[in-house]
Amino acid sequence: MSIEPRAPPPQFAATLRHALGGRAGWRGFFVQILFVAALAWIGYEIAANARANLETQRITSGFGFLANTAGFDVSQNLIPYSGSDPYTRVLLVGLLNTLVVSIIGIFFATVIGFLVALGRLSPNWLLSRISGGYVELLRNLPVLFQILFWYLAVLAALPNPRQSIALFGSFFLSNRGFVIPKPIGTAGFEPFAVAVLIGIVASLLWWRYARRQLFESGRMIRIWPYVIGSLIGLPLVTALVFGAPVRFEIPELKGFNFSGGARLIPEFVALTLALSTYTAAFIAEIVRAGIVSVHKGQMEAGASLGLSRGSTLRLVVVPQALRVILPPLTNQYLNLTKNSSLAVAIGYPDLVSVFAGTTLSQTGQAIEIIGITMGVYLLISLVTSAIMSFYGWRIGRSMGA
Amino acid sequence: MKRVSLAFTLALAAGLSTQAATAQTLKTVKDRGTLSCGVSQGLPGFSSPDDKGNWTGLDVDICRAVAAAIFNDPTKIKFVPLSAKDRFTALQSGEIDVLSRNTTWTLSRDTSLGANFTGVTYYDGQGFLVKKSLKVNSALELNSASVCVQTGTTTEQNLADYFKGNNMKYEVIAFGAADEAVKAYESGRCDVFTTDVSGLYAERLKLANPADHAVLPEVISKEPLGPMVRHGDDQWFDIVKWVLFAMVDAEELGVTQKNVDDMAKSDKPELKRAFGTDGNLGEQLGLTKDWMSRIVKAVGNYGESFDRNVGSGSKLGIARGLNQLWTKGGIQYAPPIR
Repeated sequence: MSIEPRAPPPQFAATLRHALGGRAGWRGFFVQILFVAALAWIGYEIAANARANLETQRITSGFGFLANTAGFDVSQNLIPYSGSDPYTRVLLVGLLNTLVVSIIGIFFATVIGFLVALGRLSPNWLLSRISGGYVELLRNLPVLFQILFWYLAVLAALPNPRQSIALFGSFFLSNRGFVIPKPIGTAGFEPFAVAVLIGIVASLLWWRYARRQLFESGRMIRIWPYVIGSLIGLPLVTALVFGAPVRFEIPELKGFNFSGGARLIPEFVALTLALSTYTAAFIAEIVRAGIVSVHKGQMEAGASLGLSRGSTLRLVVVPQALRVILPPLTNQYLNLTKNSSLAVAIGYPDLVSVFAGTTLSQTGQAIEIIGITMGVYLLISLVTSAIMSFYGWRIGRSMGA
Repeated sequence: MKRVSLAFTLALAAGLSTQAATAQTLKTVKDRGTLSCGVSQGLPGFSSPDDKGNWTGLDVDICRAVAAAIFNDPTKIKFVPLSAKDRFTALQSGEIDVLSRNTTWTLSRDTSLGANFTGVTYYDGQGFLVKKSLKVNSALELNSASVCVQTGTTTEQNLADYFKGNNMKYEVIAFGAADEAVKAYESGRCDVFTTDVSGLYAERLKLANPADHAVLPEVISKEPLGPMVRHGDDQWFDIVKWVLFAMVDAEELGVTQKNVDDMAKSDKPELKRAFGTDGNLGEQLGLTKDWMSRIVKAVGNYGESFDRNVGSGSKLGIARGLNQLWTKGGIQYAPPIR
């Protein structure tokens, strides 16, 4: 007969009391209820009062305007858009323009930031001084000034469309932007896409198999011939069988501008360039702090194992540094997204420009539009934070911390 | 940022004040001692500060005339420069008493903004400015052009309508401020800059070589520009409305800045009514009997203000055209002061 420890008596009430009221117990719980109720009442009063006052002043309110026709055009739209679409479509077009600048900006800011940080930590005197100079110069100048600088500098340096710089007769660079041939899917596109997809999935499976073999039985398997075969060979064979997957629409100069082809507008280039180089300066410092925070012994341990400096950084130091880097890095990502609202200064049609700008002044419904815009930015920021938190949690788990 | 803070001011004003629309603007202005006047961020001829920081222009003169009628002092004004986007919010929130900022009178603005237009100070229309080197003679030759424009104006919609109506393609690049749009036009980002024709002449003066740029003959819209006041204060609405009428009537009656004192002694019945030597029309507005002579002494009659700011006596040199008095072939017409 074994002796089992007696289970503690259930204390649901006590647990609940502590969870809701903290140390103060039920009394604290009621105080909190009162506090929340008071907040809700104040919020309701403000909203109701605002509504009544707007009505007495005959200022139109409500969200009915969203279904009205916008009646203006936008220079960059990732989804089909014309002036006869409603304001909801404008909101979407602006949001996508903000997102594309943010995502591409974040990507380049991260890459440049890591490179500058590694440069700054490099034993090479010149490289580390140049990287240091980059950080000090870029982070100490106002970002709006940098956006205007890139915009006007880029525009001033480029010729007009009739004298544009041409590459192979199909790429054109001018002050109207960078025009490239636009790929258009043909009948062979779908089989090609399927082949590429199969190639990627197969390569991933091979890679996982090889890793497991390496970790479990210490065997190195040569997989690169298979990976190349499935990533390049398979789509190539498909293209030969079904015909070329895309044809290219070559841009040509007609009148004032290029017609046909795809185009990167200079506003987009200037904004992305300015935001990513500016944010990269901050990211470089964060990454440097993260790497320095990893004990020096780790670097020496890597070296004594015979790893190169690059491999030690990649396999030993950076994974540990990431735990320190990630939270402030998230802040920088959020900053970059929010700074993209400076776009209106250079005529890039982001959310603030087309929605909180043009739409606001056409409808005059400041409260609703600013409310929606703030809500959208909040949502973008919360999603970014959530993704970064998830990534941080993954790292923490894989390091067993 | 200014735009956001203005929206907050409006939200707070609407949310926290129990009676935001109390109709006592004249009393508020008198108690404050200054008129708060919303103007542009610098449009020569209409509202722009000179090198000493004095605001001048046709739109500025409206505010000066209102201040003169109230305080007998056209300098008791606080000028608030506003971008096209911020102007209505500033008026709604009570930050300014009058918006006199080359603003086009449209139905939707008259009805949905909680504000009223008081009259037309300048009959304008939208046009295009191009570089002469492009050798374009008509707006109909602008197919596939890039167009720079200031955001938050009626201009953007007119532009879309015009190009769509004529089956032409174009690319619009919208900037927050007129200056930025003009700078981008000058640097070659756009082939065309578009705004009201008067604005085109004014902005052209700021370019490095004004002679290299031409205003195309097409006028693609009606842009009656005028001052705005908030809903809910009919007395204030009447004052701003009649100050403009008084300037136009003064020109029609032949009253000028120079002869105003002599004319005030005239025996003509319509002049006696206007100058308050007979009746109390000024007091009915909430002003003084001599309101008209105060206005004309401060800024002159409508024609004088026009010539000095945008017409033959200014750098802009715009012809009177539609803005001539109705008696001389234009459409400026004011109801009688009686």
